[in-house]
Amino acid sequence: MSSTIRVKAVASGGKTKVQSLIRHPMDSGRVKNKKTGKVIPAHHIEVLQFEHGGKTVFTAFWGPAVSKDPYVKFFFEGGKKGDDLKVSWVDNEGKSDQLTAKIQ
Amino acid sequence: MSDLIDAPDCARRTILKGAVAGGLIGLGFGSFPFPAYAMADAKEWPADAFKQKSEADALKKLYGKTAEPSDKISLDVPEIAENGAVVPIAASSTLPNVTGIAILVLENPNALAAAYKIPKGTEASVANRLKMAKTSKVVAVFESNGKLYSAGKTVKVTVGGCGG
Repeated sequence: MSSTIRVKAVASGGKTKVQSLIRHPMDSGRVKNKKTGKVIPAHHIEVLQFEHGGKTVFTAFWGPAVSKDPYVKFFFEGGKKGDDLKVSWVDNEGKSDQLTAKIQ
Repeated sequence: MSDLIDAPDCARRTILKGAVAGGLIGLGFGSFPFPAYAMADAKEWPADAFKQKSEADALKKLYGKTAEPSDKISLDVPEIAENGAVVPIAASSTLPNVTGIAILVLENPNALAAAYKIPKGTEASVANRLKMAKTSKVVAVFESNGKLYSAGKTVKVTVGGCGG
């Protein structure tokens, strides 16, 4: 299966712009399954982290109010073309994924 | 071996690496020596803050203080959101030494939607997409020099994004 993480990091003018999309249901725990009538339990990413050059550059803490297949964008100083950017997440069911992307 | 197969992906990789290195199998997931680099750690997730109904309680749990209004925060939200399930929200600030950003949707069942840690060298700016149950004020809170500053805007929601 392909990674749940899609990330695009572009270095320009001394800083790096990071945009990331994660494939995840982000179930709020407040929606009923229309067929069974049962509530779909909350299932969401809790922590998403980005690391560059051995340093954490961004940490997201997400609750069930973050949209399905979440998107995030941020900027950090430094980073150059070809550098590694490590992305990892863990959800409330203990599932996780990670990916190392190259800065463009 | 069955518990290895059930282990989450990243833990499984670590376990297999460990097994090759010297038979570390049998140690629990929690006590396992993780790789040197930092990975997303669920233990850091501020569970209590996400359970609070009000902005004030969520901020108290998250930062241990209350916020004062600031005009140095720019909050970019749609005036009207046709689909409450996906509302694009961006916040940035010119405040100095920002260490954290929190986004709250006051009329949601729990006010806190997302919180971000901003280390030195990362800009005080974030864009994300949030669910909104109904028309609500959206508040962005920035932690700057150890103090909290906030700004809010109302987003009209035509179809809520929390029910089903």
